[in-house]
Amino acid sequence: MGAVRVQAEDFDPAAEGRALTAGRREIGALASFVGLCRDEGGRLAALEIEHYPGMAEAEIARVVADAEARWPLLGVTVIHRHGRLQPGDQIVYVGVASAHRGEAFAAAEMLMDFLKTRAPFWKRARRIDGAVEGWVEAKADDDAQAKRWDSA
Amino acid sequence: MKAVYFAWVRERIGKNEEEIAPPAEVATVGELVAWLAGRGENYAYAFDKPQVIRVAIDRAHVARDARIAGAKEIAFFPPMTGG
Repeated sequence: MGAVRVQAEDFDPAAEGRALTAGRREIGALASFVGLCRDEGGRLAALEIEHYPGMAEAEIARVVADAEARWPLLGVTVIHRHGRLQPGDQIVYVGVASAHRGEAFAAAEMLMDFLKTRAPFWKRARRIDGAVEGWVEAKADDDAQAKRWDSA
Repeated sequence: MKAVYFAWVRERIGKNEEEIAPPAEVATVGELVAWLAGRGENYAYAFDKPQVIRVAIDRAHVARDARIAGAKEIAFFPPMTGG
């Protein structure tokens, strides 16, 4: 049973990692991923992230359940932020604990691939000159990344 | 049933959500998208590439052939760009 949080507030990856492993003697690997807001070559002032409250949590929980069905995981935490974020800000955290590194790395990657294509979040870019650049377009590459896991 | 809209679908329609009452012959998600697109210029604009729009019933993704009977909340939105 993974922990899923959708929130405006920032998070502390080190604290999340400690929470996953505290008091656990059977965990041999903790893989964590942090997605950040990048400045797109200096053009981006901020991202505004819209989400579908209720479904965002539910869909991430389904993605976590898919990962737990595939690998013997010993703990999963996923945090996704919404609202206005600036370059350098953290957007998403995925932490996976398992006995061995292979499943922790693989599950963290699958979770991110599925989060991008299934979790109901939408990014809008605001440029440094004050203009709204518009909604970020979904990338075909993200779909291809997610599809890799269908046959695996 | 309640229809909810997100991102540029919401902006093009000009509403976050609304109650809708499609006629009985509108049975599937695909038919509902076509029916919504015929409700006015703003809807036609939002659904001008209907195959792009994703749909969720009661907060779970559904395909175009999913039946809408019994749905409490149907959401329409562009492909997701989170993560």
